[in-house]
Amino acid sequence: MTDYAAPSAYASRQRSRTGQIALRWLLYALLCLFALYYLMPLFVMVTTSLKSLEEIRTGSLVSLPRKVTFDAWATAWSGACTGIQCEGLRPYFLNSMMLAIPAVALSTLFGALNGYVIAQWRFKGANLIFSLMLFGCFIPFQVVLLPMARVLGMMGLAGTIPGLIFVHVIYGLGFTTLFFRNYYVSIPNELVKAAKVDGAGFFRIFWSIFLPLSLPIIVVTVIWQFTQIWNDFLFGVSFSQAGTQPVTVALNNIVNSTTGVKEYNVDMAAAIIAALPTLLVYIVAGKYFIRGLTAGSVKG
Amino acid sequence: MTPILDIKNLCKSYGPVEILKDINVSIVPGDFLVLVGPSGCGKSTLLNCIAGLEPISGGDLFIGGRNMTNVSPKDRDIAMVFQSYALYPTMSVAKNITFGMKVRGVDQATQKAKLAEVSKQLQIEPLLNRRPGQLSGGQRQRVAMGRALVRDPKLFLFDEPLSNLDAKLRVEMRTEIKRLHHDLGASMVYVTHDQIEAMTLASKIVVMKGGVIQQIGTPAEIYNRPQNLFVADFMGSPAMNLIPAKAQKNGNGTKIKIDREAGGPLVLTDTNNPDLPEDVILGLRPEDIAEAGYRTGEHVQTANCLVDIVEPAGADTFVVSQLGGKEVTARLHAETKATPGQPLEFAFDLGKVSYFEPESGQRVS
Repeated sequence: MTDYAAPSAYASRQRSRTGQIALRWLLYALLCLFALYYLMPLFVMVTTSLKSLEEIRTGSLVSLPRKVTFDAWATAWSGACTGIQCEGLRPYFLNSMMLAIPAVALSTLFGALNGYVIAQWRFKGANLIFSLMLFGCFIPFQVVLLPMARVLGMMGLAGTIPGLIFVHVIYGLGFTTLFFRNYYVSIPNELVKAAKVDGAGFFRIFWSIFLPLSLPIIVVTVIWQFTQIWNDFLFGVSFSQAGTQPVTVALNNIVNSTTGVKEYNVDMAAAIIAALPTLLVYIVAGKYFIRGLTAGSVKG
Repeated sequence: MTPILDIKNLCKSYGPVEILKDINVSIVPGDFLVLVGPSGCGKSTLLNCIAGLEPISGGDLFIGGRNMTNVSPKDRDIAMVFQSYALYPTMSVAKNITFGMKVRGVDQATQKAKLAEVSKQLQIEPLLNRRPGQLSGGQRQRVAMGRALVRDPKLFLFDEPLSNLDAKLRVEMRTEIKRLHHDLGASMVYVTHDQIEAMTLASKIVVMKGGVIQQIGTPAEIYNRPQNLFVADFMGSPAMNLIPAKAQKNGNGTKIKIDREAGGPLVLTDTNNPDLPEDVILGLRPEDIAEAGYRTGEHVQTANCLVDIVEPAGADTFVVSQLGGKEVTARLHAETKATPGQPLEFAFDLGKVSYFEPESGQRVS
């Protein structure tokens, strides 16, 4: 009985092995197809931006450029017209930088402080406050446009970059607090107690013990906040004026305000330039997505 | 001698929930006080109150003669070792140990000297540049102790420091803590739920239950003269036998009647305790019940009982039989001939007996 059973079991194992390999290849093929589908627009954008207008008019959308030219990129950066001015994206790109960097830094720092207080310095009503901040994450931004415009006006910050920074910091706090609170809540409270016995105060404990522990969550928060703030259009278009507009608004103006022949290559180059910083943040910071930095610090 | 720690009428409540009720404890310098009790009895809360990490709702707390009731932890001149060690994960061992001194502004040279001294004492010199995450449980425990030692405080506080270690290491570290206490002559307060730790380490034990102190005393007092049924049952392993019995005055002795499985009630005569209530619970530790012939003394009395279970444990053999409707464990010598289902003559040492009131659970004599 066993003599017969053994070879047949072997054969069936063999069969299932081949089946598994086939399945694996099918999976890869499918994944490649999806990847192709997702990369297609990027491919079209990059190739189009490297073609001359002449070639765009005569060639096919998906063909490679016959002659690579960076003219469109140069125009997009420093010559494209946004309405009446023709300075390209450069000044607006700088606006976005001056806006996004402080806004990300401040909202991350305040989020860390909030999370630290809510998770580690429990006080009466801490949960209520946390719930309210969470609620803030789900408020549609359209709702706050008018009240915020009024507040900015009263503060004398209407149409300025500090005003935009203020708006982004306020509306980022919900998420950044949530991130840090959830991270810090898993850190045993005994750390705070030990530091208190050692004589450290509120800020000392935050600065010397909690912040150094927070690299992974800081990276997550920075990526999230930078993407949100850099890509924001609604606040940018609502609370800025000529000269303080962020890059997203300028991109829109470049694409929508051209007259005559549509310069697809310039539009594409401008869109890529506007998207580059977020891409860069992902590539640089993604490396630091290290988990378990606290692993093993507590419990044996 | 002025007490190093003096707790007077301490109360602690969270809203309407009373966690600690009217706690009064005092220890002199050099004492090793152990707070012991089942989980949820308030022992850790009491320790946190001593450390100043939890505000107290009533009463006063003195450390070294100074009223510390409203003083912040850093000014209480204490050091604390936590259950999870609570080492700062991003700092090296050396930085962990010197962090407190750095915060207090102690100069670099003193920091260095102290660090060298303590790391030598605890034999953690090779570990100084490592992170806590790279240490084993026992090493982390040592570092946590080092952090407490450098402070040279008036009072050391330990919050179940050994409960995360495996059994073998726990015994080693227990001995080490005992040695440390002996060498330093320091005053310590130690929280544990392990009654063996309490017995081996303490010079004074506080047994707690439900936020109320059940008994304060030396390990010998707690072990030999438990104040109530809870203490009797909680301290000692295997636990004290608590046997329902009837007492009857008889001349200058008292007849103690205990129900037995076969052969009518077992009758012992106690000549020490003349005034017992009629219903009592007789408490006798397993080691005070021996095989007849192996225990002699003025108060030893023998009687036959049916053996239920025999559990050899190497050094001793535990024999379980039924008395007064309860399982009664006797600690016999290893070579005993006791066999399950057979009667055996036991020797009861009534010189070591405790009696409790069944209703209140309090000790009667």
